[in-house]
Amino acid sequence: MASVSIKLPDIGEGVTQAEVVEWMVGVGDRIEEDAPLLAVMTDKATVEIPSLCAGTVTWVAGEVGDVIAIGAEVVRIESDGAAGQPEPGIGDSPAGVPSPSAAAPAKSAAAASDAKAAESSSPPAMPLRSPVAPLGIGAPRAEGWPVLASPSVRARARAGGIDLRQVAGSGPGGRISHADLDAVFAVAGARTSAGPAWGRSTSAPGARTATKEIKVIGLRRKIAERMTLANSRIPHITVIEEIDVTALEDLREKLNAGRGDRPKLTVLPFVTAALARAFVDHPGINAHFDDEGGTVMQHAAVHLGIATMTDTGLVVPVIRHAEALGLFDAAAEIARLAEAARTGKAGREELSGSTFTVTSLGPLGAVATTPIINHPEVAILGINKMAVRPMWDGARFQPRKMMNISASFDHRVIDGWDAAVFVQKLKTLLETPALIFVSERP
Amino acid sequence: MKTETCKLLVLGAGPGGYVCAIRAAQLSVDTVVVEAEKPGGTCLNVGCIPSKALIHAADEFTRARSFEGENELGIRGSAPTIDLARTVAWKDGIVKRLTGGVAGLIGKAGARYVNGFATIVDGKTVRIEMDGEPVLIRAENVVVATGSKPLELPFLPFGGKVISSTQALSLPEVPGRLVVVGAGYIGLEIGMAMAKLGSAVTFVEAGPRILPQYDEELTRPVRKRMAELGITLHLSARAQGLDADDDRLVVDTPDGKIELAADTILVAVGRAPASVGFGLESLGLGMDGPFVAIDDRCATTMRGVFAIGDVTGDPMLAHRAMAQGSLVAEIVAGQDRCWDKRAIPAVCFTDPELVVVGQLPVTDGAGNAKTAAFPFQANGRAMTMERAGGFVRVVFDPRTELVLGIQAVGAGVAEMAGQFAMALEMAATLTDIAETIHAHPTLGETVQEAALKGLGRALHA
Repeated sequence: MASVSIKLPDIGEGVTQAEVVEWMVGVGDRIEEDAPLLAVMTDKATVEIPSLCAGTVTWVAGEVGDVIAIGAEVVRIESDGAAGQPEPGIGDSPAGVPSPSAAAPAKSAAAASDAKAAESSSPPAMPLRSPVAPLGIGAPRAEGWPVLASPSVRARARAGGIDLRQVAGSGPGGRISHADLDAVFAVAGARTSAGPAWGRSTSAPGARTATKEIKVIGLRRKIAERMTLANSRIPHITVIEEIDVTALEDLREKLNAGRGDRPKLTVLPFVTAALARAFVDHPGINAHFDDEGGTVMQHAAVHLGIATMTDTGLVVPVIRHAEALGLFDAAAEIARLAEAARTGKAGREELSGSTFTVTSLGPLGAVATTPIINHPEVAILGINKMAVRPMWDGARFQPRKMMNISASFDHRVIDGWDAAVFVQKLKTLLETPALIFVSERP
Repeated sequence: MKTETCKLLVLGAGPGGYVCAIRAAQLSVDTVVVEAEKPGGTCLNVGCIPSKALIHAADEFTRARSFEGENELGIRGSAPTIDLARTVAWKDGIVKRLTGGVAGLIGKAGARYVNGFATIVDGKTVRIEMDGEPVLIRAENVVVATGSKPLELPFLPFGGKVISSTQALSLPEVPGRLVVVGAGYIGLEIGMAMAKLGSAVTFVEAGPRILPQYDEELTRPVRKRMAELGITLHLSARAQGLDADDDRLVVDTPDGKIELAADTILVAVGRAPASVGFGLESLGLGMDGPFVAIDDRCATTMRGVFAIGDVTGDPMLAHRAMAQGSLVAEIVAGQDRCWDKRAIPAVCFTDPELVVVGQLPVTDGAGNAKTAAFPFQANGRAMTMERAGGFVRVVFDPRTELVLGIQAVGAGVAEMAGQFAMALEMAATLTDIAETIHAHPTLGETVQEAALKGLGRALHA
């Protein structure tokens, strides 16, 4: 048995200490070679420190939250290896090496240790392993060893945000070649998340310098013009409200369960119905504002534009007379229009004449959005994503299905008060869906 | 007062300053460089270049003189003479061409060159006195590249027959008796040249050896050549000052006090940073002894203030300042750079020349570095040049073959400095050098042979 001391390796440029954030082992634990011992966090990254050998942990340094200096002993392991000299701690400069210009790879250090071990008629010690191998790219040099690389390799590493001290060199004396760097870039390229432990920056290495020019033409240009018009002419006011859609979802589930061969109901038909119902009390919302003529035209008919993403861009097919459609009819019409829009088969009459627009990004709907009004309409409703959230019911937190809505209004013709009252009306209708279907005529 | 602004203001257009300005301008940084004297700094005006011109003239003169009498080449010539004033005029012509060239390069790159005396007002503002109205320049970044000047001994101030290296390069005639205080590379370069031009030269060196920062083996050929040139050398000797008549130099030697008669006394005991007299003190920058302290990005302790070159300390070498200047320019342009050089070559244009790159042989026995040397005596080219003295020496780590340092002493070895530095910077091993074909017949073959020797398989030894 040999006692192996594992020290906190140099884990990044300018890093002098690191905080223990997790212990994967405790005293008495058996561990395998390369198994993680602990995780430490610097201001740059969290790094797992793997074991250099298989064995039993005999000592650990400190608790989670303790700050440990680079080079300090963190774990002692009674290794399974054969008896012999105590291994040099990783992070030690092997004795007898002239510093600071000493230059030899860890390999040689191991060889030197081997030689020493052989003199005392002991079997060779276990090979030294990488003290930091967060990405399995080989062993960086022990602390104190110089980083050897040609100026062009250094420049390339610098440009790519790679700290060469964390890169293993395959050349003589641990010299880092372009090929070694290629390997690092390849690994880094394969990892799209989590900052590389060796890098200075957390972004993926490899500065990108290309600039691609794309002409804004066709539908894109049309969208650009309409958005410019809407955003420059209309002073928007956006109201965001959260809706408890638990009841609505229950209802939707039951209706879908018994739908037979009718189309599956999404939330949108309910929103459509709720809007059609709300407009009865708030006719000023379902309107067009002819700002040049100075006239607001309130529409009795609800022609609901549904903002739809297609391969070529945003289009808004229109559900005509949404107020006259049942839930399943609306669902069928929405599905038909969406399909027509996506395949480019939507006719002109299907893409124009809306009196109010709904925009929804489904699961991408975010917590809140600031929708831009579809000129000359006076309002737009954005549907945000649904999520189960803990809600306080007065006694305890309850898991509720919550969904936000973000509605923008043309502030020239709709006051904030009216906007808020309308949103509250929608909230009431969506939270108690039965109200949607109560006749508006007493 | 007129006020201008720029992103980068460089104080001093020496090798560090002008390279910094050119590189910054290349990177589209709005740059102003201010110089109180002529562009090129010590290097071009009163250092590297003029001293090399003088050394060349001295060598040519020596060669011509060698043909006066019987010689192996069978060349017969008549007794040459030298008109030093004309030599100096020739040297001045070269200096003028080069300084003019630097000014042109600065302008061509797109930096503004201002001839005037800069005084630091604060870390971002500098007042420049020049012909006409003074100008106030506000800069986002300031680079102190003010260089150094010859160090004066308090008991032997410059004036009269006591001169600095600057005056030594513009003497109207060859002094009959020249005493050089300091046997460092500046004193040796000028002193040996003067000896070749006909001066009776005596050196007074406080240390036990010439070029005390290098090892004895490396400097031995220089010492041998000094003896051949009839130069007198007093080691472990301290100049005390002039005698009562301000005539002879009083020197304390291990054998007692002596007085040296001299027509001219050159004091070459080192160089002092030019860090006072222009408001630098007012910034309260962190100092490293007399030098401005910098980090590995050449940044001083004040944000936006950088320092490069001699003002930041040893080694006071033009090429170090140039590399620092380039580095700072790139940092100011937004690049992520830091000083990561493995080696700064040093060259002494003594006779023979001396090149030192990287680690010297470990003499205390503590290290594992090994040494392999190959003499020019075994080099055909050296023989055909009649200069077969000296050697090339490689210091390496025997476990990895990694080259840790290369030194050479010999005629013409200065030109090998680039190869040595490249070997170090590329992290070359003995095999890398040994397996590179070196052209025959050249002096450079000795480098390959030294590497082969380190591998235990020299061919010509």
